[in-house]
Amino acid sequence: MNQIVVENIVKTYGTGDSQFTAVADMSFQVAPGEFVGVMGESGAGKSTLLSILGALNAPTSGRYRVDDIDVYGLSREKQADFRREFLGFVFQNFQLVPYLTVLENVMLPLTTCSLKRREKKEMATRALETVGLMEKAGHLPTAISGGEKERTAVARAIVNEPPIILADEPTGNLDTRNTGEIMTLLRDLNKKGATIIMVTHSRACARYADRIMTIADGRLLPAINRVKPAHQDPVKRVG
Amino acid sequence: MTLKDIAIKNLMRRKGKAFFVLAGLVIGVATVVGIISFIEAMTRDINHKLEKFGANILIVPETKNLPLVYGGMNLGGVSFEAREIDQSGLSEIRTIKNAANIAAVGPVVLGTVVIEGKKVLMAGIDFDATHVLKPWWEIKGAAPSGSEVIAGADAAETLNLSVNQIISVNGELLRVAGILASTGSQDDHLVFTALPVAQNLLNKKGVVSMVEVAALCNACPIDEMVNQISGKLPGARTMAIQQVVKGRMETLGQFTRFSYLISGIVVVIGGMIVLVTFMGSVRERTREIGIFRAIGFRKKHVMGMTFMEAGILSVLGGIIGYGLGFGATWIGAGVLSEGLSKMVAFDLTLAVGALSLAVIVGLAASAYPAFMAAQMDPNQALQTL
Repeated sequence: MNQIVVENIVKTYGTGDSQFTAVADMSFQVAPGEFVGVMGESGAGKSTLLSILGALNAPTSGRYRVDDIDVYGLSREKQADFRREFLGFVFQNFQLVPYLTVLENVMLPLTTCSLKRREKKEMATRALETVGLMEKAGHLPTAISGGEKERTAVARAIVNEPPIILADEPTGNLDTRNTGEIMTLLRDLNKKGATIIMVTHSRACARYADRIMTIADGRLLPAINRVKPAHQDPVKRVG
Repeated sequence: MTLKDIAIKNLMRRKGKAFFVLAGLVIGVATVVGIISFIEAMTRDINHKLEKFGANILIVPETKNLPLVYGGMNLGGVSFEAREIDQSGLSEIRTIKNAANIAAVGPVVLGTVVIEGKKVLMAGIDFDATHVLKPWWEIKGAAPSGSEVIAGADAAETLNLSVNQIISVNGELLRVAGILASTGSQDDHLVFTALPVAQNLLNKKGVVSMVEVAALCNACPIDEMVNQISGKLPGARTMAIQQVVKGRMETLGQFTRFSYLISGIVVVIGGMIVLVTFMGSVRERTREIGIFRAIGFRKKHVMGMTFMEAGILSVLGGIIGYGLGFGATWIGAGVLSEGLSKMVAFDLTLAVGALSLAVIVGLAASAYPAFMAAQMDPNQALQTL
């Protein structure tokens, strides 16, 4: 299932005159298996929203539920468990651990799982095969290209097969060819059943989504529902 | 991939910092081990030397009078002939709680005899015990057996005695088996024979004038032993000859206290090095810790990684520190005295203690950085989402 329900979420920073509202009374739902693009100007509140959805940043008010789980009603440690079991993160700027190899970076979310070393390695290998990066498994992040780093980040996000993938500007540092590859990868994962919420500045990337949510000044603008193009790659088409 | 793998990889990546922490721990542990090993070696050496001094417990007949003796001059007072100790009770000495610490028990019977027309002080002793009680004795001739005597250097000179000479002692003919080299003590004035012979000559069968006891002082509480012997021999007065022991032990005790203070300061400095280095490391790894927390690491996992790094370095620091401290003590003791270096011995308790100290200091000093790392807000740490 994994229905995402956001109800009247508000997030403010600071107090008194310096108080700033990053997310203002936002409510929406994301259906299981949906691919949602979140767009907006810089400072609109996209990343704050994604951090709230990632159980990393408690809202000032409002509720965030995944199925029947009130995420911010959980203790901090249970929130960590929730992130491990329900979420896969694709961070902006890859966020790979520099002293671990590509394979080890992909295995990171499995570190605290009670699986055998062999099983963890098999799962990481499958994730690397999915993103087509098996030949770089033993390389350090410093020895691979930007596109390969992003694919490593995607492999890490999917290694424990989470139902929800949160991606923050996953193609922000990539050229057109790599952008196309990553978006195709995300679309394939979505086809396999993963719910994807992706923050992006790129309209081309947003066109891979079923639905685009646009945020301005912390508020959600009316939704745009899209029908995915069946035979054309939006990145190539729009450039 | 486990938390341990991440901890080891991080240590390998930050070799300089790891070495700095290791150096702090090694210096702290090596200092403590070195000082303790040195103190132990010195204690052993002093005890060994004290054992060579011979008797360190004296049992004399109980008297309520003060002896009027000063500088070897007897100005009257209680005569040694006034009271004696019953010899049959001496076997009780070997039954005290610290009997294992008794190296030798030497009963002595004293009395005056006439040799070649001159009055001489004769001592009847147990020659087997005397080897332990008076190891410095050098006998020209042979050790006596049966009805033989040995004469002190002054006594031999005064009486004009020579080895193998037959002398008349209270009318009994005895052979001079040997003559003692000068000892600088009262022994030079005496003539010695076996205890039963002397008892017979002095008509003191079944009694002794005093008893000398050599106690092995290494870890033996001499005052307690004195009390234990006193309990067994109620009619006698037991004294510890402990001025020299106490003086040396007090000096050693002062040195020990000062050394422990220095060790404590060095250990605290070592701990501070670990604390500061780990705090720096945690700050440097803010982003990494943010990643770990974001992908589902619990606080205990983050703390666990820091403790594992500290634990690995602590164990290494403990082992290297013990080796270094032990080696430095051995070399240092050898430079000071060859005899002292022989007293430096491997001590399993100290080795385990050193390892435990390193682990305790390492983990205690890294506790605050580990706590800080675990408390880190993953969202702020990442500064991206």
